Amino acid sequence: MSDIKKIAIDGLWKQNPGLVQLLGLCPTLAVTTSVVNGLSLGIATALVMALSNGSISPIRKFVPTEIRVPVFILIIAALVTIIDFSIHAFIEPLYKALGIFIPLIVTNCIVLARVESFAAKNDTAPSFFDGLYMGLGLAMVLAVLGALREIFGKGTLLSGIDLIFGSSASNLVIHFFSDYPGFLLAILPPGAFISLACLIALKNHIEAR
Amino acid sequence: MFKDSFKKVSITASAMIIFSLVASAALSISYFLTKTPIEESDARAKRMFLNQVVPSNLYDNNLVKDTISVEPNPLIGNKKNIDIYRAKKNNQVIAVIIETIAPDGYSGEIKTLVGVDQKDKILGVRVITHKETPGLGDYIEVDKSHWIKNFNLKSLDEMGEKEWAVKKDGGDFDYVSGATITSRAVIKSTYKSLLYVKENKKRLFAS
Repeated sequence: MSDIKKIAIDGLWKQNPGLVQLLGLCPTLAVTTSVVNGLSLGIATALVMALSNGSISPIRKFVPTEIRVPVFILIIAALVTIIDFSIHAFIEPLYKALGIFIPLIVTNCIVLARVESFAAKNDTAPSFFDGLYMGLGLAMVLAVLGALREIFGKGTLLSGIDLIFGSSASNLVIHFFSDYPGFLLAILPPGAFISLACLIALKNHIEAR
Repeated sequence: MFKDSFKKVSITASAMIIFSLVASAALSISYFLTKTPIEESDARAKRMFLNQVVPSNLYDNNLVKDTISVEPNPLIGNKKNIDIYRAKKNNQVIAVIIETIAPDGYSGEIKTLVGVDQKDKILGVRVITHKETPGLGDYIEVDKSHWIKNFNLKSLDEMGEKEWAVKKDGGDFDYVSGATITSRAVIKSTYKSLLYVKENKKRLFAS
């Protein structure tokens, strides 16, 4: 059990994919314009990472070293597509909220990175948890990043939550200022880089103490 | 020496082929298993949007049943025959709803429903499916922003071809910077569906 605890600490803090490994930034920075978007992408990514790590680890011994990367990419892409189909077909409300994020995940190199550096060398259960916690670590960063950009960019928090929980949830949206003019820089990609830099600096500051 | 490396290459190649076959098989199985439920869920979404593009107080017939099938036409981008919905009041066709496909979205097709009344005015446009970038190109969904409502009451008579474009290109429509391609695609497909209605007016509005 202590192994899984170590995996959890690595994924959520020490080796956090968003703050330390800095992998898969492209979809990460593009999508985190609000908490709801960030968290949705994060949860979908965690799901894919846990499943891809968990399914590649048991077959790792059959994959010749020379072609491991193309095989991993093939499996990840197939898996993501199957997840996309299944959610669309059987869990319609979830598809409405997460559906558009799922195809984006194939392009996220953090998935391949964890498969290559962890699942290709470890047993199935630890690999599954590695994918899960790395994904949750990323989801956490995406949520905070989304929150920062949403507060500065639009002056709100939790906008779009009604898309996930139905229109009755729309009164959960927090408006900080009435008549906020909006701050476009925070919503555009440079705002994403600046906010991420602040988060990394904060983490390094906490570590250094 | 040559024989050894040949053997190794063969093993590697066959492994790649086997993995590809297994992955393709898994994909086709899941495609066929999910095909019908996905079509049903899209159809449900479409029915919901029908009432948003033509308000239900304007007509008294059953929209979903009152359709005419039209053959492929580049103006609406359909590759096989599709149904055009007709809204009738007292047996007069007062509006038609056309399903159009914009082939040139940022990442693939954007399907929309366009409601047009008998004066060639747009009653409403809604996006049914798209694959645009979440958080950036998805402002074309009515749930995310009111952008799509800019089309309401627009017509070919009021606006020349040049005005059917985003402001950046000298047109009349707003856009979101970073996702201009998305709005260009929707504007173009909406414009073309109005042309389609004009060209096929008699047939579409025949009671």
